[in-house]
Amino acid sequence: MRLVLEKRATSSTLLALTSPFIALALTLVAGAIMFAILGKPPFASLITYFVDPLTDPWSREQIIVKATPLILIAVGLSVCFRSGNWNIGAEGQYLIGGLFGAMLPVLLHGWTSPLLLPLALIFGMAGGALYAFIPAVLKARFGTNEILSSLMLVYIAQQVVDWVVRGPWRNPQGMGFPGTKTFTDNAILPPLWANADAHYGTVFAILAAVVVWFALGRTLKGFEITVLGQSPKAGRFAGFSAAKMTIFAFVVSGALAGLAGISEVSGSVEKLDDKLSLGYGFSAIIVAFLGRLNPLGIIAAGLILALSFIGGENAQIMMGVSDRAARVFQGLLLFFVLACDTLIHYRVGFVRAPGGLKTAA
Amino acid sequence: MDIAVLISIIVSVAVSATPLLLAATGELVVERSGVLNLGVEGMMIMGAVAGFSVAQATGNPYWGALGAIVVGALFSQLFAFLVLTLVTNQVATGLALTILGLGLSGMIGEGFVGQPGIKLEKLDIPLLSDLPVVGPLLFSLDAIFYASIALVLAVWWFLFRTKTGLMVRGVGDSHTSAHALGIPVIRIRYLAIAFGGACAGLAGAHLSLVQVPQWTEGMTSGRGWIALALVVFASWRPGRVLIGAYLFGAVTIAQFHAQASGVPIPPQFLASLPYLATIIVLVLIARNRRLTMINTPAALGQPFVPDR
Amino acid sequence: MKKTLLALAAAAAVMLPAAALADGHGKTKACFIYIGPTGDFGWTYQHDEGRKAVEAEFGDKVETAYLENVPESAEAQRPIEAFARSGCNIIFTTSFNYMDPTNKAAGKFPDVKFEHATGYKREHPNVSTYSSKFYQGRYIQGQIAAKMSTKGVAGYIASFPIPEVVRGINSFILGAQSVNPDFKLKVVWVSTWFDPPKEADAAKALIDQGVDILTQHTDSTAAMQVASERGIKAFGQASDMIKFGPKTQLTSIIDDWAPYYIERVKAVMDGTWEQQDVWHGMDHGSVKMAPYTNMPEDVAKMAAETEAKIKANEFEPFTGPITKQDGTVWLKEGEKADIGTMLSMNFYVKGVDDQLPK
Repeated sequence: MRLVLEKRATSSTLLALTSPFIALALTLVAGAIMFAILGKPPFASLITYFVDPLTDPWSREQIIVKATPLILIAVGLSVCFRSGNWNIGAEGQYLIGGLFGAMLPVLLHGWTSPLLLPLALIFGMAGGALYAFIPAVLKARFGTNEILSSLMLVYIAQQVVDWVVRGPWRNPQGMGFPGTKTFTDNAILPPLWANADAHYGTVFAILAAVVVWFALGRTLKGFEITVLGQSPKAGRFAGFSAAKMTIFAFVVSGALAGLAGISEVSGSVEKLDDKLSLGYGFSAIIVAFLGRLNPLGIIAAGLILALSFIGGENAQIMMGVSDRAARVFQGLLLFFVLACDTLIHYRVGFVRAPGGLKTAA
Repeated sequence: MDIAVLISIIVSVAVSATPLLLAATGELVVERSGVLNLGVEGMMIMGAVAGFSVAQATGNPYWGALGAIVVGALFSQLFAFLVLTLVTNQVATGLALTILGLGLSGMIGEGFVGQPGIKLEKLDIPLLSDLPVVGPLLFSLDAIFYASIALVLAVWWFLFRTKTGLMVRGVGDSHTSAHALGIPVIRIRYLAIAFGGACAGLAGAHLSLVQVPQWTEGMTSGRGWIALALVVFASWRPGRVLIGAYLFGAVTIAQFHAQASGVPIPPQFLASLPYLATIIVLVLIARNRRLTMINTPAALGQPFVPDR
Repeated sequence: MKKTLLALAAAAAVMLPAAALADGHGKTKACFIYIGPTGDFGWTYQHDEGRKAVEAEFGDKVETAYLENVPESAEAQRPIEAFARSGCNIIFTTSFNYMDPTNKAAGKFPDVKFEHATGYKREHPNVSTYSSKFYQGRYIQGQIAAKMSTKGVAGYIASFPIPEVVRGINSFILGAQSVNPDFKLKVVWVSTWFDPPKEADAAKALIDQGVDILTQHTDSTAAMQVASERGIKAFGQASDMIKFGPKTQLTSIIDDWAPYYIERVKAVMDGTWEQQDVWHGMDHGSVKMAPYTNMPEDVAKMAAETEAKIKANEFEPFTGPITKQDGTVWLKEGEKADIGTMLSMNFYVKGVDDQLPK
């Protein structure tokens, strides 16, 4: 027996819509097996993981908080990935976005202008975009592999932020510990409602998703992205420049990652410290694929991934399930999503291996 | 600086470079066959945990190394099945393998955290290891080090001096023509990926059995990615992988020496030096088109569905 | 499901202010937030030993819970609050960067007691801070190093230039110079608390640079393993690491949190808990030394004497005369360091062969 694929004449719309759900279901089955191996009751564990956090308003809010940077970054990545540009370094762009965004609130500490917050956000986006411009221009100009260069830049960004919060920007009243002064109120992204943990970053995330969704589906630029991503050769015939697209996609994606960075700094941490890097830039890659590179799908995917984080903590508190389980779930989910996507474009069949014995049925 | 210290520094560079060399050499074969596997970090960490746990269970670090090779190869087949049989996107699937490997190894290794491991001891080669200077430099290291050097030579010989090697390169340059010639494209790629996994697994075992005989979560800390960069750095030539891995090891060790001898440079700058160096080299290599064009597998990363 | 219901019931109990505690019906729940895995054999391991001691002390009158690998800074907010909501009566947050989230949570849950390790902010009456004078042990290590080293140079693997680490380095060199005034110390900053291969590389570099004693302020056992491979002596960190270097470890500073944790949980049970800021040392048994091993009798005797003096508060490492690295006088003869300078220490004393990174 051998598994073979046969290309469908047109991709299956039904499967395109259902494949993420099939993947999710398969992940849950695999998860149940994993819990059973760990000696935990499989069904009850899954409930603690994926249902309980949805049942109370506080946990729901935490899911939204956690999903916000994931969605913002993943929406940007969808532009990159659709156009065939592999930006793996969103984490670095997120960090530099946080750093640039913090520049004015830290250096002009005490400046009471209402312009401070909008400027901080713009600086954040600019920082992320600039940092993404590096691998983009290296690829467009010299053909340098962007997967590796963008990734290497993550490690460098971590060191740069670390140096800044320990050295030049360190809070003199901070007892010698790393971290800048806490931002003044006019540099803090306001909460969505009084005393909420959720802040306006969530609004940015949804806005970004809707705008990019519209641009991808309804504008010439969106068409150009898709054409170049699917076939660079066809794109060239249509008069599109792959080099310009690389720069465009990286800059958009870097700006959104930078916005996510400054939103976290200004909305949650309220200062720049050495603990900003939490791997959102990497988790967002899963989110982008789980959302099938569709910005609206990415909103749902971001929430699902955030649920897996919150559920993981819940399971650790309630049943002593190791926190590594969350990461295994995320890896499995991405595997199943990718595998199920195959079903959209191909029919899967089995044939007897050509050299196999012909046995009577 | 006296000669003994110099030797000792070179040896620590070699130890630091060995896992990079192993993983990169494995990935080189994978890429030569036209597949890009970004899951090196994941396979490496699975090898590290497997090597440690098998060594604990059997009391013999050599079984540990073997276990790491087997686990690395098996784990890579998950990736192979997805990208070869289900024709999924190679970049995304490789990332999935890395994420899964990091999580899974953490879970498997939970019970081993904080336990002293069993060290794979140095292997003195009789007579040769007594030679002055070259003895301690070349003939008094661990078995995995010798394996890594032998592997580079073997891979070079295999790829450029054997018929099967020619087939592997053919598959990587154009899977459609290779298929038309009757070369089993998919089977060759499955085997290449398994080889890459085995090498990454052994690289992981070098961390958990030789460098620090213990298990820690995420102990590969990005070395798998460096290995990937080295393959491009080396423009897909085994000999240059060797040079690259040792250069990288040297930069890593040099930063600590700079600090210990009181060079007043921020440690953050020194810590980012290896990554900065990698980017610069990637740019230099990419600029030199003639050099890269000859060696780049043309079909790298392209999906292949054989028509029946 | 059952557990979830239980948790909800417990959460409801917290909403009724202190009622459950006052009648002595409910169990007291003590919860711990950890930065690393409980098996790191360093910092977190010792905190978890403290948690186990609480369980052993109070039996079924107490319930404990913990979360491992909790990221620092704003990300810690959610797990701390989740604990507060799940019915914890007292929550220990055991790393410096949990400071702001701990204070925020304390504002939201005035009936839950919060204990933050190694920080300095107490913005609400239900937050206490606690730490230990680990540097006292460093002084003893310095003395031992100066006796045991033949080259007169020790190597120090340091994590991050924060006051606690700088205090340790200074205390070590002061101890060493009390034996050998020309003693030198080489410092390597690895910018991590826990990365064994990296710590091992740093250890090798230091040894190749000519040190013959290693000490560290990072949490893994890698340096100990490298030292035993190279046949030099080394000190353990945070817990007894003797099994990683049976012929290598001279001694180790052991953080013993058990007395403090028992005391504070008891205070919650009795309703006598009050805000405080403690910095206990050897006198309270919160800093201990592992057995003095792999050294001659007279060195062990000297170490034990210093330990006894520190324990009895007869001696304090940061007592003048002490000169700073830049040559200016910090403390005059007999003068003691003030607590503010101690807590925010950001300079080296004379004899450290390194520039303090910023």
